[in-house]
Amino acid sequence: MFSIKRGQSSSIIPGFGLSIGITLTMLSLLVLIPLLSVLLTLSGTTFEVFWKTVTDTQIIATYKVTFSCALAASLVNLIFGIMLAWVLVRYEFPCKRILDGLIELPFALPTAVAGITLTTLYSDKGWIGSLFDKIGVKISYTTTGITIAMIFIGIPFIVRCIQPVLEKLDRQYEEAAFVLGASRPRTFFKVILPEIVPAALSGFGLAFARCIGEYGSVVFIAGNIPYKTQITPLIIMNKLEQFNYAAATSVALVMIIFAFVILFLINSLQSWISRIARG
Amino acid sequence: MRRVILSKAGPDGPRRDNNMRPSIIKWTLISLCVLFIVIMLILPLATVIVYALRQGWETFRDAVLDEYAVKALKLTLLSAVLAVSVNTFFGLFASWAITKFHFRGKQILTTLIDIPFSISPVIGGLVFILIFGRIGWAYPFLTAHGVKIVFAVPGIVLATIFVTFPFVSRELIPLMQSQGKEEEEAAALMGASGFHIYRKITLPHIKWGLLYGVILCSARAIGEFGAVSVVSGHLRGKTNTLPLHVEILFNEFNLTAACAVSSILVFLAVVILILRNIAEFRVKKETR
Repeated sequence: MFSIKRGQSSSIIPGFGLSIGITLTMLSLLVLIPLLSVLLTLSGTTFEVFWKTVTDTQIIATYKVTFSCALAASLVNLIFGIMLAWVLVRYEFPCKRILDGLIELPFALPTAVAGITLTTLYSDKGWIGSLFDKIGVKISYTTTGITIAMIFIGIPFIVRCIQPVLEKLDRQYEEAAFVLGASRPRTFFKVILPEIVPAALSGFGLAFARCIGEYGSVVFIAGNIPYKTQITPLIIMNKLEQFNYAAATSVALVMIIFAFVILFLINSLQSWISRIARG
Repeated sequence: MRRVILSKAGPDGPRRDNNMRPSIIKWTLISLCVLFIVIMLILPLATVIVYALRQGWETFRDAVLDEYAVKALKLTLLSAVLAVSVNTFFGLFASWAITKFHFRGKQILTTLIDIPFSISPVIGGLVFILIFGRIGWAYPFLTAHGVKIVFAVPGIVLATIFVTFPFVSRELIPLMQSQGKEEEEAAALMGASGFHIYRKITLPHIKWGLLYGVILCSARAIGEFGAVSVVSGHLRGKTNTLPLHVEILFNEFNLTAACAVSSILVFLAVVILILRNIAEFRVKKETR
């Protein structure tokens, strides 16, 4: 499967065998075989048992919570991500470099730390939570809290996908549109937006996949009330604590399938859009 | 259309339109973004520091120098160093194979490498339980030889490797692709050995990109929580990493200590961010 293409063997650079060998060995040992153990573990269970486990009402509720919160968070991040990328690429203002550097904070900050600080900040005694508490809105231990934690971890994905595209974008087209009499919003929606849509989509997909799988930053602020604020990764954790390995693995398989479907959809959508853009 | 009419109306029309509105839009957008960043990123950071110090310096010092906290820090650093070394080793070879040669199945290979990126870290821990845990196929063999992997340090290292697996290769592959392979080919034609080519030509070109990947990988490895939480077993002083120690303190309602220990991690995160910015600046130079 991984043999050098015939006719392409013009490659005189040495080391193909060694590097591909090490790559495949490590990939198999550290990622693929461990992942296949999910299927291996489930090979003993019948489909009925599997289906019954993963469609339990409590688990269905976690899918709903996880999906709706991840979707809401990724949409918020899509809007702010485009805005942030735009501001960081097009405008000059004081402290811009600091703002730019801070975008990656959610990557660098351990998720557990993010989890406990967000919980504290948005609880009814926290700086922001107490403000909302006065008008009777609770954030920590509700789906709003979960969404906020997911917004936090998703910020860098969309900004970092759009930024390079905006940097490369030729300003001539905008100027042309502007000179031809298009209004600023129209220039943005008709000229700039189509250029950044593929990048925005892949950022959206990455952020969405990350939000669905996220555990550390979400689990503290969620409060984990069954049927209300439990997320799917937590179910895997709970089942493991009860030594119910089959159930944990079944839910894991569902999550793996979801992740692949999301990536596949985003990839197809992206290629579809770029086909349309090319005409 | 409106603008065309305006420009007919007088020479001042479009220019004023051009200067006034953009600056309003510009500053509105900038303030919205700054507000978003302050609320979402800066306030959480400030919370950690303020809560960590709210009961005074003494309590802070006690929490940070606590026996279990120090042991957890050591374990965190150990597993991060091991995971980053393994993944850097992998990244160097994988990027060489993928960018310097044409072969069938390259696309599949790059997709497979990226898998750990898109699945939940909890699953990253679960898979090792399924292999080395009580129900795992490797369990009888391991117990016969007295090796413990899950609920012990090797499991933590394995889970960390799994979760941070693609980080280095993902940084190197696009960079090396953009640089092409003409120089390496020339060197090979002139009879240089593979190792020599790598050390003299490839490595100098990618060193900042490599550092960038290593930094990102370290950040994730230090902070990994979900995967490690599954395989750790939460034995204080033995299999507790710093993020897990934070969790325990938080669940004991010891918020001050939790934030104090978190501030170590925040400090590490800020150092990583600064290094990252330096590396990114250099990577941009490398690409040019």
